[in-house]
Amino acid sequence: MAEKKTVDYAALKKGGFMRQKQKGYFSLRLAVVGGNLTAENIRTVADVADKYGKGYVHMTSRQGIEIPFIGFDDIEEVRAELAKGGVKPGVCGPRVRTITACQGSEICPSGCIDTYTLAQELDERYFGRELPHKFKFGVTGCQNNCLKAEENDLGVKGGMVVECDQSACIQCGVCVKACREGAIELKDGKITMDESKCNNCARCVKSCPTEAWKGEPGYIVSFGGTFGNKIYKGEENLPIIKDKETLFRVADAAIGFFEEYANAGERFRATLQRVGEDEFRNRIQAAYEGN
Amino acid sequence: MAEIKVDETVDITDKVCPLTFVKAKVTLDELDDGEVLAIRMNDGEPVQNVPRSIKEEGHQILKLEDNEDGTYTLYVKKVED
Repeated sequence: MAEKKTVDYAALKKGGFMRQKQKGYFSLRLAVVGGNLTAENIRTVADVADKYGKGYVHMTSRQGIEIPFIGFDDIEEVRAELAKGGVKPGVCGPRVRTITACQGSEICPSGCIDTYTLAQELDERYFGRELPHKFKFGVTGCQNNCLKAEENDLGVKGGMVVECDQSACIQCGVCVKACREGAIELKDGKITMDESKCNNCARCVKSCPTEAWKGEPGYIVSFGGTFGNKIYKGEENLPIIKDKETLFRVADAAIGFFEEYANAGERFRATLQRVGEDEFRNRIQAAYEGN
Repeated sequence: MAEIKVDETVDITDKVCPLTFVKAKVTLDELDDGEVLAIRMNDGEPVQNVPRSIKEEGHQILKLEDNEDGTYTLYVKKVED
């Protein structure tokens, strides 16, 4: 080599190229939204892994794909070939990461919200946004929590605000047992619900044979989860959110708070603890109320 | 509610998930449209989940009865596709 190249690892990392311990090789992280890829995407990834990598891919813990053993000299070619198949590189470093999602109400019988559409919208709004440290979003469709909402900096969990239409109820008693919170009773031929016990899981709605239980979908949001060096369960500081406009306003406020107050290299949870959670609660409460 | 006329009964208290539902479904498959099956199941997971699975199969649930011995009986009317 005539000229010595200086490698901008930070720029490569930002573009999804993760430096391997083997000199000159990168594990290329791909952009995946809500865990879905088209067949064309997968074929393209397979071709690139065969041609430039070692013929295999690694599935990441957050629904991503990495192609290991991409040589430094092939980076531009790999980028171009992936782009032809509609595949984009992902990101790493201090910014908004892959938006994860379960299959949600479009596919899963338990789903309360359309997780994939929401993941795409969150992706469009926030993916790759530069921040003091990494910031993770996860969307799960119901209380079964397959996507582990609370391990994310901002987790969204689908739920429903439920109500029983007594005129359609046949007093069969199925919902009384379907409810795992013990919130529903059948007394003197009438269904009653203790709202303070309801966790919006919608099992009553899903199990009701006559559709007497009606549910209005909503978003249960948690803040400040981490599941790495430190483990902390994200906290639900707000009531269930019934519309997307409010959800995005709250997400904007949370990410804005992080951007404004976090030190470089500090996770959201640590910022909340250092700055004070009351200040944050006031901020998102205001956003929730539309201010 | 008027007395439910039962055409067939099945006991799934000897099975665990997902065989509880499978055993109930196999029995339901044998019935004619409109016939009623009484399914005896355990408290806990079976009674939380089996009624919903049967609803999702498209059958009509009539009643869930507490036998007060740790088991429940679910009355289901078969609905042909």
